[in-house]
Amino acid sequence: MADLIKLTAAETAAKIAAGEVTAVEVTEAHLARIEAVDEKVHAFLHVDREGALAQARAVDAKRERGEKLGPLAGVPLALKDIFTTEGIPTTVGSKILEGWIPPYDATVTKRLKAADVVILGKTNMDEFAMGSSTENSAYGPTGNPWDLTRIPGGSGGGSSAALAAYEAPLAIGTDTGGSIRQPAAVTGTVGVKPTYGAVSRYGMVAFSSSLDQGGPCARTVLDAALLHEAIAGHDELDSTSIDAPVPPVVEAARNGDVKGMRVGVVKEFSGEGYQAGVMQRFNESVELLRELGAEIVEISCPSFDLALSAYYLIAPSECSSNLARFDAMRYGLRVGDDGTRSAEDVTALTREAGFGPEVKRRVMLGTYALSSGYYDAYYGSAQKVRTLITQDFEKAFEQVDVLISPTTPTTAFPIGERADDPMAMYLADLCTIPTNLAGNAAMSLPCGLAPEDGLPVGLQIIAPAMADDRLYKVGAAVEAAFTARWGHPLLEEAPSL
Amino acid sequence: MPGITREEVAHLARLARLELKDEELDHFAGQLDDIIGAVARVSEVADQDVPPTSHPLPLTNVMRPDVVRPSLTPEQALSGAPAQEQQRFKVPQILGEE
Amino acid sequence: MTVTELVSYEDALTTYDPVMGLEVHVELGTKTKMFCGCSTSLGADANSQTCPTCLGMPGSLPVVNAVGVESAVKIGLALNCSIAEWCRFARKNYFYPDMPKNFQTSQYDEPIAFDGYLDVQLEDGEIFRVEIERAHMEEDTGKSTHVGGATGRIHGASHSLLDYNRAGIPLIEIVTKPIQGAGERAPEVAKAYVAELRELIKALGVSEARMEMGQMRCDVNLSLRPKGVEKFGTRSETKNVNSLRSVERAARFEIQRHAAVLSSGGTIVQETRHFHEEDGSTTPGRIKEEAEDYRYFPEPDLVPVAPSREWVEELRKGLPELPRVRRNRLREEWGVSEHDMQSILNAGAVDLIVATTEAGADSAAARKWWMGELARRANEDGTDLAALAITPEQVARVAALVAEGSLNDKLARQTIEGVLAGEGDPDTVVEKRGLKVVSDEGALGKAVDEAIESNAAIADKIRGGKVAAAGALVGAVMKATRGQADAARVRELILEKLGVEG
Ligand SMILES: [Mg+2]
Ligand SMILES: [Zn+2]
Repeated sequence: MADLIKLTAAETAAKIAAGEVTAVEVTEAHLARIEAVDEKVHAFLHVDREGALAQARAVDAKRERGEKLGPLAGVPLALKDIFTTEGIPTTVGSKILEGWIPPYDATVTKRLKAADVVILGKTNMDEFAMGSSTENSAYGPTGNPWDLTRIPGGSGGGSSAALAAYEAPLAIGTDTGGSIRQPAAVTGTVGVKPTYGAVSRYGMVAFSSSLDQGGPCARTVLDAALLHEAIAGHDELDSTSIDAPVPPVVEAARNGDVKGMRVGVVKEFSGEGYQAGVMQRFNESVELLRELGAEIVEISCPSFDLALSAYYLIAPSECSSNLARFDAMRYGLRVGDDGTRSAEDVTALTREAGFGPEVKRRVMLGTYALSSGYYDAYYGSAQKVRTLITQDFEKAFEQVDVLISPTTPTTAFPIGERADDPMAMYLADLCTIPTNLAGNAAMSLPCGLAPEDGLPVGLQIIAPAMADDRLYKVGAAVEAAFTARWGHPLLEEAPSL
Repeated sequence: MPGITREEVAHLARLARLELKDEELDHFAGQLDDIIGAVARVSEVADQDVPPTSHPLPLTNVMRPDVVRPSLTPEQALSGAPAQEQQRFKVPQILGEE
Repeated sequence: MTVTELVSYEDALTTYDPVMGLEVHVELGTKTKMFCGCSTSLGADANSQTCPTCLGMPGSLPVVNAVGVESAVKIGLALNCSIAEWCRFARKNYFYPDMPKNFQTSQYDEPIAFDGYLDVQLEDGEIFRVEIERAHMEEDTGKSTHVGGATGRIHGASHSLLDYNRAGIPLIEIVTKPIQGAGERAPEVAKAYVAELRELIKALGVSEARMEMGQMRCDVNLSLRPKGVEKFGTRSETKNVNSLRSVERAARFEIQRHAAVLSSGGTIVQETRHFHEEDGSTTPGRIKEEAEDYRYFPEPDLVPVAPSREWVEELRKGLPELPRVRRNRLREEWGVSEHDMQSILNAGAVDLIVATTEAGADSAAARKWWMGELARRANEDGTDLAALAITPEQVARVAALVAEGSLNDKLARQTIEGVLAGEGDPDTVVEKRGLKVVSDEGALGKAVDEAIESNAAIADKIRGGKVAAAGALVGAVMKATRGQADAARVRELILEKLGVEG
């Protein structure tokens, strides 16, 4: 059984399809693993044991009937608690939604079910996806399986920790400013932020609508591609969904190759604030790509300097509005309704009690940025920065096929270290944010351990919008070369739990 | 940019319907001031003649036909309601006592 | 409630010049809501027409109703507006329990239609041009029922109950530019504008615009400035004035109230006011501690709307004749006065008369029945003409029976009465009630003979040349036939039998 949890999703699906193992056995192995380690890791907020087994049994029955199984049929998955799941609690890591059981499935949830993926449960996250450490969860932090005293990244720390702790071979995350890629980087896993609009946002609780994007998390590039293909595609329930075929990501992942490709190194992503070991591994990655036949070009994206500032105006502004619906009237927490207080007071008391400090901070920041007299200077300017960043990307992609950078400036920091220093925390997303602002695609995959702390370092690959397949093509080549060099997947170096 | 005062934080909290405690007002005043001080850099581009980007994709005219889709049942609609009465959401008095 | 000392209307107008702004919200008659597929049909169970989107549930997203946009463009075109080549939705942020997301998805600085006008015709036929600032798309709120206070009012209620069936129904908000120069006719202009707009909306087929059902709601903004002064005074905003008569009364009341405040040296507070149907007065709404700050920003969950010029032109071509133009055409075709046409319009009879003529009646007959007998009945029953249990086709049939001489006026009235009473179509009623004019010459001749016999003195007078006396004999015959005879024919017969030239 121990073997089952170490398999990749592709291998697992193949074994189930071949009848070498049942989906129920696979599911039980993962449930047992969760039982064994999740008390320490705290990747999950809710484990749906019965639902998962029922789904697994349905897959086995399908196989027995001789029906053709999909490429991920029977593979267990950890779903970020930001996607609605009919009949299963959805909290978004917040007290304000404690106990809420949605009456509907998110489109991603529906597509996973349709692909016969086994949803094990819902994973921990920074409250409303606001954070880079998962410390902002109202339900306690998640530990990084490499070192449980360190953060697993955020906001999707639960999903990446579940992968790194072998609690699930697949997970779903959402990426507003790096919440898929930064957790992937610090846990030694793979995470992809698809092109904005590639994965439906319907049923994905909104943080910042124009930046949020769901995406796949896995331990290998191919697994991520298989999951990408399962969840992406046009959805008529999401007006911002792209009505075009999903790029051939699986094919790309199966044919990793960088020969003749032009790879840009973003000049702005280095220097002060970048950990030495991170830069060392990044530079080795550049060398590796050169060895693999890529042409390396240095690229300057001067507007990226303003990306973090623009992000911390746009995301809070949109969230201040998106989160207004949590008012104690229709669902979720209600505090202070003693028959004498007004609805307005009950709303204010509930939001005060139900939101954590980071959420309040951003809601107020956004309220400020949108308020009359400030709008043009802040929100308006931030949107101009957005245009400039998009133009920087456009110019860059005229010269190169993909861009690369470290995913994060540092490796996983200790839990608590930046908890009350928002500005320090925000720096974790320095390299990931420009992609969200411009709406194009990016991946993080492991490129080694930082020598000074032995913690994983992530390599970020950035592709133009709608060219998500390039990430997989480059990612698969890098992954294969590194794995050959190391003699095993990086994750095997993680201490056992 | 001007520093953000405790009173301003209190005003924002009212707009955002957050019943902040006194110590939170002080705490947030300091933090918001820091953050705004840092992000105010974006106004460097305020005078530049570039169009703002509100949507990352250049999509327009996404519409659906005027065709009825199934609604939730009232039970589903009300399933998360903190209080209900007569198949309606029961909410505290909308105007406070005067 | 504070009693407001008013200045007389005439006095107010000798000193001040009123400036008005009218904001009208029209609920579109689409099958589904503006941003979700929930039905908009009326009378459904509470919260049975709701979904994650219109309940503002976490994770839900809006998708624009194509017919909602089309209706907005049609309204814009009919109001002579420019149609935006590119516009966006915006979020208007404020908290209120009837608004599920605590922001209204609306439009802000990029309305779909802008800079237009509507010519309205006043009672004396004068045309007044009301300029339109904008028409934009937005969504309605849920409906709250207030419990525990006096008579369901929000004040003093212990709690409220919310039904979100109406939340998300498409609204078009139409805002005028400041209406200046109407002087003492300002209240009349306000009423005529709302009436004309309602006709227009109905003619476009985008809404039934029934004010009594809340499908069309009006806010009246009003300010006064001393005559000769350019600058506008401070305005008051009277919300939810929901009938044509109320629009006129609210404007009139506010003119008098403002004048009273200003004349006594006071200042007008910019505030929201409520209109009271009972006495036509307005009272201040709740005073807010701080000015609203709606923090508008472009709706990131929706993409821009960019109506192509081809499509806009196609819609323009398909526009129906404007109600005022049509009314003038009909007035000429029918040969009636401005005043009569106004009465027909006020009675809601224009379309009914047109339908009746289309069913074969001549327009005079159609007008006669709808504006006479039927208007009287509608008035007695307190309903609309259109709501009467008789169709234009049935009225046309009655008119046809009269024209062919089968019914006289009295019998026709009885026929209509029968139709209204549910006894069937006109022919059935005539049949069942035996209302046909007695045209059997034998029976009629007999009745005439009898009348001559029993009124020998009168008959002699007639024979002696006093033809006018024939009326008495006609009356007698009509009485004998219980009115079922054609009076003209009876007269002919009497004169014939008495050997007198008619
Ligand atoms: Mg409005
Ligand atoms: Zn709905």
